[in-house]
Amino acid sequence: MNRRISGKVLALHLGIIVLLLGAQFVLSSYHHTNVARIMVFATFALGYNILLGYTGLLSLGHAMFFAAGIYGAGLTVFYFQFGAIEAFAAGVLSSLVLGLVFGLIVIRTSGVSFLIVTLMFAQAGFLTILYFNEITLGDQGIVISQVLQPLTLWGTEYPFSDPAVKYNAALLLFAVTFIICIALVYSPVGRVLVAIRENEARTRMLGYNTYKYKLVSLVISATLSGAAGAMYALLFSYIGSTFASIQYSIFPLLWTLVGGMGTLIGPVLGTGLMFYLVDISSGLTESHLIVVGVVLVGLVLWFPKGLMGTIREKWLTWLP
Amino acid sequence: MAAVTLLETSALSKNFGGLQAVQNVELRIPTGEIRAVIGPNGAGKTSLVSLISGRLRPTEGIIHFKGEDVSRLPAWDRVSRGIVYTFQVTSVYANLTCYENVALAVQRRMIGGLLDRLMLDEKRIAQGVDQALSQVGLQEDTHRRAGDLPYGHQRLLEVSMGLALEPELLILDEPTQGLALDEIASFCDLIRAISKRVTVLLIEHNMSVVLELAERITVMDKGMVIAEGTPSEIEQNEEVQRAYLGTDAAA
Amino acid sequence: MSLGPHLFLALLEGTVAALVLALTALGLSLVFGVMRIVNIAHGEFFMLGAVLAWWFGSVVGGSPLVGFLIALIAGPLIVGAIAFATDYLILRRIDYDPESTIVATIGLLYIIQQVVLTFYGGDAKAVEAPIYFRVSFPWFGYSGYKLIVAGTSALLLIGTWIAISRTQMGLYMRATQQDEEMAQALGVPVRRVYALVFAFGAMLAAAAGVLVVPIQQAHYLMGLDPLLLSFIVVIIGGLGNLRGTIVAAFVIGISDGVISVFFSPTLAKILATLLVALVLVVRPGGLFGDEES
Repeated sequence: MNRRISGKVLALHLGIIVLLLGAQFVLSSYHHTNVARIMVFATFALGYNILLGYTGLLSLGHAMFFAAGIYGAGLTVFYFQFGAIEAFAAGVLSSLVLGLVFGLIVIRTSGVSFLIVTLMFAQAGFLTILYFNEITLGDQGIVISQVLQPLTLWGTEYPFSDPAVKYNAALLLFAVTFIICIALVYSPVGRVLVAIRENEARTRMLGYNTYKYKLVSLVISATLSGAAGAMYALLFSYIGSTFASIQYSIFPLLWTLVGGMGTLIGPVLGTGLMFYLVDISSGLTESHLIVVGVVLVGLVLWFPKGLMGTIREKWLTWLP
Repeated sequence: MAAVTLLETSALSKNFGGLQAVQNVELRIPTGEIRAVIGPNGAGKTSLVSLISGRLRPTEGIIHFKGEDVSRLPAWDRVSRGIVYTFQVTSVYANLTCYENVALAVQRRMIGGLLDRLMLDEKRIAQGVDQALSQVGLQEDTHRRAGDLPYGHQRLLEVSMGLALEPELLILDEPTQGLALDEIASFCDLIRAISKRVTVLLIEHNMSVVLELAERITVMDKGMVIAEGTPSEIEQNEEVQRAYLGTDAAA
Repeated sequence: MSLGPHLFLALLEGTVAALVLALTALGLSLVFGVMRIVNIAHGEFFMLGAVLAWWFGSVVGGSPLVGFLIALIAGPLIVGAIAFATDYLILRRIDYDPESTIVATIGLLYIIQQVVLTFYGGDAKAVEAPIYFRVSFPWFGYSGYKLIVAGTSALLLIGTWIAISRTQMGLYMRATQQDEEMAQALGVPVRRVYALVFAFGAMLAAAAGVLVVPIQQAHYLMGLDPLLLSFIVVIIGGLGNLRGTIVAAFVIGISDGVISVFFSPTLAKILATLLVALVLVVRPGGLFGDEES
């Protein structure tokens, strides 16, 4: 973990967390909730980026991990009146287990095969939620805000309806995830993951069991995505099958690519940018998702490295 | 004094669909030897060392390393046993710095348990990298992007990565390809120096390098071993001449 | 209705579905096989065919048959042109890089979907069948149009097979699929082959969409299902393998039909999805072997 984390890098990345911490006091209430949402989604993107940007595996199925988190947390609150912390743990655990099981099954696939398997499994997950609609109520969705008890820490109650609670819970999740990612990227494991991304065969011949490393990366990626989902359930209350649909597999890809895959700040920036881009365009037209399409095509043609990726290449080469 | 056998293959064969790349190869290399494998293109040399290093699974036959049957071991486990392969077509990580390239190898040697995977002393890694790069004379390029190096230097980087893994059997697949004459000379010095600790298996087309370095030579053609012996024996061997001259005449 | 006839009905449904699926999947399979890329927007070409059929039907007065025939010809041509443009403007510029193509075609998917949403609207709209008659079996009446769909699909499949195996372009395609470098060295105009294959694949999907729309309804999101089913067929049947695609389409189409009739369509899809995922897991190298050496 001591791998050349230069002061510059640490300052920049921790600075972002501090910036977000301070921002809550100056943002208008509209942007306040938006940023909270963005931070949760950014966590999702960061998780996704570990697999794509740092290990080189393109997945189109991450919605299943996000949904596992949402449903793990949401259903335990809805049916068993779990407290916030237990529900969060349930959500994280669900996605971890799903990631592990899935990973063990598919670990020998890569490239196009891997892509298609992720797509298929996620779709099966989506359909399963609908199939068991009596339990999941996925079609109409559940709102858990009525059932969810405020978080009680050391005597003080923190209701989830309070915007400050939402913001800081999201910030906490984001900060922890961000730090985990930094640590991972600079660790020996991170070095191997990058090597796998660059040339898997070579990495095997250097003595690394690349399958094990890919599995670890996948589980971490799934768990972080699930944590984002679990937090989303707690903060924003709505649990619906849309979160398991292909849309939510494409979003993290979009966010990561816009911001720059294989960078740490990239996914965060990308999430924020695209969130607002879609937000603004939804006010303009019903077909606002067209910006997603245009952005993706534009990225591929002119900006393959995304925002931070291009910045890193041209100017700030010390960025992780 | 009998030399200890480091590597031994029995009836080693590899079949690709219909193509018999390696047929019934019996190879025995004692510890500390520098062995060269030569032969015309398509003779099966790379396939043979791929079998030994674990890049390929044998269709038939057994590979013994230090007395252990490693035929079914995956490549990465063979590396930890001490079999290290450097690629014929340069496979350094072009987008990473030389430091990072070698660090991957150095790190491999240092990872023991789970905790090591999370935190390793970067200073120790840096030392290992410096040592490995110095051995091949690339210290100045430590922080250069590997892909920016001239081809010959990339080959040397490959070798230094191999050395950083602390091999017992180092397999070099055409290491002098693309090197200038003076670079070849320093390369030969390097190999001679390391062969005190490391057994070297060398695939080479450059006959002068072979004759200078090799203690024994194995000659292959069409997947089979057609001759084996000291350099002078091989030079005078008629079958070898036929195999080489035969290819020349047909070309 | 007792089990036997019920099963027969299921088989009929399955066969119709299988043939349409074969048509759709074949387009994807050819693109996979020859160009080695995944087109995530493939289902949208299908959807465009359906939507265009609706449009032609509403614009052209007179009998629905005329509108339908025009749609069957003009629809695929229009979609083919769109695909051709995509290849020229985008795919060629990214040099058919696998990952970039996936991202670009996802973008294309969104663009097509949202454009259709803008001009066509978000509702599902029905299209009248060009011909309406019922075929009377002893146990039930069956839609004659569905049988026509089956028949037309079969004809188009045969036509495609002839085009691939008997024409020069078909030869070029097969050569490029086998060994692209060799083909190029032998003078095959690979770039042009790519453009035509991509357009042709889109046209097949569009034709399937036109055929199917009187049975289903046209909706701007209807492309996702055919896409996923096509993936399933192509994976089980094999890259660019015509015969394999058709066989797999039948396996999937019929089992989907049977399970849908006896259990539920959702369950059928879940099972099919898991099945293909497992096939891939057991043979990851087998069907996409050239990417793992």
